[in-house]
Amino acid sequence: MSNAAFPAVAIAAPPPRVVIEVRDLVTHYGPREILHGISMDVLQGEIMVIMGGSGSGKSTLLRHLMALERQTSGTMRILGEDIDDLSLIEMTNLRRKLGVAFQGGALFSSMTVGENIMLPLMEHTDLDRQTMEIMARMKLEVVNLSGFENLMPSELSGGMIKRAAMARAIVTDPRILFCDEPSAGLDPVVASSLDDLILLMRDAMRMTVVVVTHELESVFKIADRVTVLDKGNILFIGTVAELRAHPSERIQNLLHRRPEDDTIDPDEYLRRLTGEDSLESTRP
Amino acid sequence: MQHEVTERSGAFVVALHGDVDLDTSPSARKILLECVGKRRPVLADLSGVTYIDSSGVASLVESLQSARKGGSTFALAAVSEAAMRVLQLARLDKVFTIYGSVDDGLARDG
Repeated sequence: MSNAAFPAVAIAAPPPRVVIEVRDLVTHYGPREILHGISMDVLQGEIMVIMGGSGSGKSTLLRHLMALERQTSGTMRILGEDIDDLSLIEMTNLRRKLGVAFQGGALFSSMTVGENIMLPLMEHTDLDRQTMEIMARMKLEVVNLSGFENLMPSELSGGMIKRAAMARAIVTDPRILFCDEPSAGLDPVVASSLDDLILLMRDAMRMTVVVVTHELESVFKIADRVTVLDKGNILFIGTVAELRAHPSERIQNLLHRRPEDDTIDPDEYLRRLTGEDSLESTRP
Repeated sequence: MQHEVTERSGAFVVALHGDVDLDTSPSARKILLECVGKRRPVLADLSGVTYIDSSGVASLVESLQSARKGGSTFALAAVSEAAMRVLQLARLDKVFTIYGSVDDGLARDG
């Protein structure tokens, strides 16, 4: 309703909050530059999928986003904190707000499922043991593994291990959940249930989720936005609809699983074969 | 987080305010278990809770279990939307007795 006394005013929605800000990120492994000046934002409450071919740098980028690597140059801000400015204690407090579901689960084989899930609590909190056990059982309920806490990881199927890893990743109620290839190696039905679990984390637990995957079905099902990496550079950032409609041949090749033109730089290939790169890195 | 304990109609009303998270839930747990240990009905007033995480919910679960073992009652009142979401995700909304308000809880549970 509007009139002369109360003119209609368009109220702009507040801009989405940036929870991870990456600017001009460059990183090296030895003499090799892996990421060549990446800039991107991850927004609060979104599912950001990072995809790209083998060697595109997506796993390296994920490790940076999780504050597990230090960059050669550029800046990384996570939940408003510039990670280069953080003390050890501040970094520990920040890591408590991040949950990680590693590729393959990374459960400790000598510990029960329940003990694996409690690990982040034992590492980062002084909670009573009884409280931790209840929290672990609550998370097992969320991932549909209720009653499995006393089993050993070797007694679980591949899909169950991924679910247990997810329970461990969310046991501290992290602000940001990172998932590295959550559905890799799983049959389509189990993979789809993992995707549903990721959607649940965003919708019910209001988490921001960053997923690295090369499973296109997962990308189309869960992504709010997609970042496509190619040889250490960002080829695309945008929504799934924008991704599908993108005119770039490289992106269309990726979406339709067409192999890339297999050209190589002969000089670089020779250097790699002869180990010249690694020799250079060890020279004084 | 702050808390306030009052005695009403023979029951303890424990009002929690603010964020109940990994840092503050141990003190919430302590006060809840102390009240439950006195073997009188306890009503946790969550109307002032702005955020509650799994550790806070786990403290509520422990209090409920302790009350049942002691032959008393433990219920929740005025659960905020955020807190209810956490309870529902772990299907605990089916486990707790939840009242719309403290007065409602005292009338039926106190």
